[in-house]
Amino acid sequence: MNRTVELRDHQRELYYFQLRLAIVGGGVLFTFFVLFVRFFYVQVIQHEYYHTLAEQNRIFVVPVVPNRGLILDRNGVVLAHNFAAYTLEITTTQVRDVPALINQLSTLVEITPKDRKRFAKLLEEGHDFASIPIRTRLNDEEVARFAVNRYRFPGVEINARLFRHYPNGEIASHVVGYIGRISDGDVEQLRKDGLAANYSASDYIGKVGLEQRYEKQLRGVTGYEHVETDANGRSVRTLRSILPVSGNNLLLALDARLQQVAEQAFGDRRGSLVAIEPKTGGVLALVSKPGFDPNLFVEGIDPQNWDALNNSPDHPLNNRALQGVYPPGSTFKPFMALAGLETGKRKPTFTISDPGYFVLGGGGGHVYRDWKAGGHGMVDLHKAVVQSCDTYFYGLAQDLGIDAIHQFIGQFGLGQKTGIDIDGEVAGLLPSQDWKQRRFQQKWFVGDTISVGIGQGYNLTTPLQLAQATAILANDGHVFRPHVVRHIQDSQTDSLTTIEPQPIAEIPLKDENVRRVRDAMVDVTKPGGTAAWAGLNTKYLFAGKTGTAQVIGMKGQKYDEDRIHERHRDHALFIAYAPADDPKIALAILVENGGHGGSTAAPIARQVVDFYLLGKEPPPPKPAAVKEEQEND
Amino acid sequence: MINRLLAYIVKHVDRQLFTLVALLLCVGLVTLFSAAGGGDDGFIRVRGQLANIAVAFGVMWIAANVPLHYLNRMALPLYVFGLILLVLVDIFGTISNGAQRWLSVGFTKFQPSELMKIALPLMLAWYFDRYEAILRLRNFAVGAILVLVPVLLIAKQPDLGTALLVSAAGFYVLFLAGLSWKILVGLGLAGSASLPFLWSMMHDYQRQRVLTLLDPSQDPLGAGYHTIQSTIALGSGGFMGKGWLNGTQAHLDFLPERTTDFIFAVYAEEFGLIGNVVLIVLFMLVIGRGLVIAANAPTLFTRLLAGAVTLTFFTYAFVNMGMVSGILPVVGVPLPLISYGGTSLVTILFGIGLLMSIHTHRRLVQT
Repeated sequence: MNRTVELRDHQRELYYFQLRLAIVGGGVLFTFFVLFVRFFYVQVIQHEYYHTLAEQNRIFVVPVVPNRGLILDRNGVVLAHNFAAYTLEITTTQVRDVPALINQLSTLVEITPKDRKRFAKLLEEGHDFASIPIRTRLNDEEVARFAVNRYRFPGVEINARLFRHYPNGEIASHVVGYIGRISDGDVEQLRKDGLAANYSASDYIGKVGLEQRYEKQLRGVTGYEHVETDANGRSVRTLRSILPVSGNNLLLALDARLQQVAEQAFGDRRGSLVAIEPKTGGVLALVSKPGFDPNLFVEGIDPQNWDALNNSPDHPLNNRALQGVYPPGSTFKPFMALAGLETGKRKPTFTISDPGYFVLGGGGGHVYRDWKAGGHGMVDLHKAVVQSCDTYFYGLAQDLGIDAIHQFIGQFGLGQKTGIDIDGEVAGLLPSQDWKQRRFQQKWFVGDTISVGIGQGYNLTTPLQLAQATAILANDGHVFRPHVVRHIQDSQTDSLTTIEPQPIAEIPLKDENVRRVRDAMVDVTKPGGTAAWAGLNTKYLFAGKTGTAQVIGMKGQKYDEDRIHERHRDHALFIAYAPADDPKIALAILVENGGHGGSTAAPIARQVVDFYLLGKEPPPPKPAAVKEEQEND
Repeated sequence: MINRLLAYIVKHVDRQLFTLVALLLCVGLVTLFSAAGGGDDGFIRVRGQLANIAVAFGVMWIAANVPLHYLNRMALPLYVFGLILLVLVDIFGTISNGAQRWLSVGFTKFQPSELMKIALPLMLAWYFDRYEAILRLRNFAVGAILVLVPVLLIAKQPDLGTALLVSAAGFYVLFLAGLSWKILVGLGLAGSASLPFLWSMMHDYQRQRVLTLLDPSQDPLGAGYHTIQSTIALGSGGFMGKGWLNGTQAHLDFLPERTTDFIFAVYAEEFGLIGNVVLIVLFMLVIGRGLVIAANAPTLFTRLLAGAVTLTFFTYAFVNMGMVSGILPVVGVPLPLISYGGTSLVTILFGIGLLMSIHTHRRLVQT
């Protein structure tokens, strides 16, 4: 009995136990099934999603900034190149308290107030770029010091970056221009042009000069590296890389030595010089004084330097060669003379008797004075150019009429953009009846024409236009577009693409007329001419013409240079080409408030031409004290 | 002579279990080699694990050869010994990762909580076996206390994962011993009701783990990082897997603890869904064999012990894979027989040894 009960209990126990075991077994199956469902969901249904995540996890696409193309002068002198340097950069979005961070960093690496200001300015400009440099050009010791402490500074990194450098500093700064940090406006423009991708991870873009104009050539193509990284973002290896394509090099027509000679010849004076090779239109030198150091802009200019450049009364950032407009003054006269000959209004033998003034008939008897009181006596066309006789050209202007002047001289490009390969050029002004009507809704008066005849009145030209007009004159009326870049050198193949000098126009001129004007211009630099001193003992035929442009109207007073404030003195002008029988260089010079063209502008031309044609080094710059003395003479 | 020695060695070794265990260990070694980065690092890790396996096999063999009545007698002393060690850990233990779990015993470190995974079911099985004929509520109450004391000590270390496994082991014994459904349902309700209380008892990192489980993306670089990265590993493995040694998540350091608790992510990334199914089947075969052994065990003690050991093994596997695949919170539970680590391997093979002993000694008891 007892046994059976026990046995039955035992069986029942076992039965219950096995029942529970079966339930548990079912539970096990169920839970493993749940796991399977989960695996199936993640590994099959969601596979694509996680696959992408895993790829993103490990592969970062890192843009590789291409090497910017070099800028070299016609002899291979480097005007702009790149060097690598370390920068300390802060990703501000990853940092809570930026000023505190900078203070901390300054215990490791020297950070000057200038650096801080520049950083603040860049931050304010608010680009959507990842990191902003707080310090550039770290030395090895600073790099090492930061590297050891790097873990303390999340969001701060040291990057090796390529920097643009302009080894010649101010020399040719207005031609070469500079690059600067990409602004919001630049970004917008790049997006519009569909070029934004090519600028990923790069901070710089050409802002001014050739750097700006040839940005597409110089820039190159951004490369990409697909970098496999670990969880800490350290790269493990490069999976694939599309190499960047370096930018193309620019080989200029410009001669850096000549440019330097020209800039030094200006000394401390403000002004501009443009020298053009007449047979090609190649720009040999393009000076705008004062210049600036383009290197200041490369890393983002600090506010102090910016203010200094921007607020200087000398306006060093203005490119006077392209943007400065001045009355051409007497440099207008050779073109007037040619107009007289070509239109038949003047014969070479036609002579006037110059009393020292011109009276406009029928215009109320208004008197126009010659610059030389008492006049030049008997004056024909040749003498009128050589001595710059105003009276002769007053009469010629009246006979030609404004529209003929406008039509003829307009062919030489005055009052129009020349189309040089630097941006920012202004048109200037060569007046006409139409223009006055449009501009002032006023009738043109004959009196207006008289002053235009000697390059005054409404006339406004840029030094570049004057140089271009001179080059056309020197080249017998063959017009070439002035250009600074002669060749573009492909960075991959080194092959040169030559910017062919293409004649863009042909002015129908009679050889004998051109020769007459040229002969007169040659005599300008001979004894008896207005630039006789500057033309002393030249070994080549030196054709030139002086000019003076009034800054303020004198209203009948006698112009007394010594009494007038320096900034109110006349601008000195000089145009020239040489050798006159086979012109290799044509140039225009403007010296702001330089007084007479013959005394300040022409000597600069002589130095430049001597150097260019004869390789003659200019005299060493005079010590300041001596110069001071001379100016007081 | 050699034949007799071999016969002696394999006498108490269950072939089916041994084969399955060996297969799983091989899978583990292969995965470990990859998880450790392959090459020399891989070999060093594999060698280390082979040493662990050798020790664990020794322990398994001994357990398999222990006659059942010895086990019976060992239950109480082992349990008490385990409790003492847990108290000692609380006082003298080594602190690592903010938790006091390890006890230094001269040449090696030792986690007493691991011992409890076996000692507790042993103790409970012994206790219930003594009252076999007349199991009452009182007995279950005592059983509950026997469970709670070590579990609370372990949870205090704090080691939530092990506390969970130990209490699971204890619960399985209570359940298999015939805990009434009413009480089970009541416990379930009480458990739910006490969740807020438990929440207030939890350490911050434990709460964080629970929160992160609900939404791993909330803290992708912090607490959710493990889950997100392991799920990415799993998902990117796809159906076929990326192939052995080709798992990018593992090899590029995105997976933390990839040789230990998260080794399954490496496996799943490299062998895909197919590999996972193979692994699940292997685990189910081990568990199935364990349940068969339990069903055929001669006494209540052995039945409960075999059932609890088997289900603890199941819990290991399920919790680990659930955590790696993102459906369970991240608790420190290794994948049995696959994860690198000596202590858990020894514990698991000790349990397997017990199963073998129960199976091979059953006739001796019956007759």
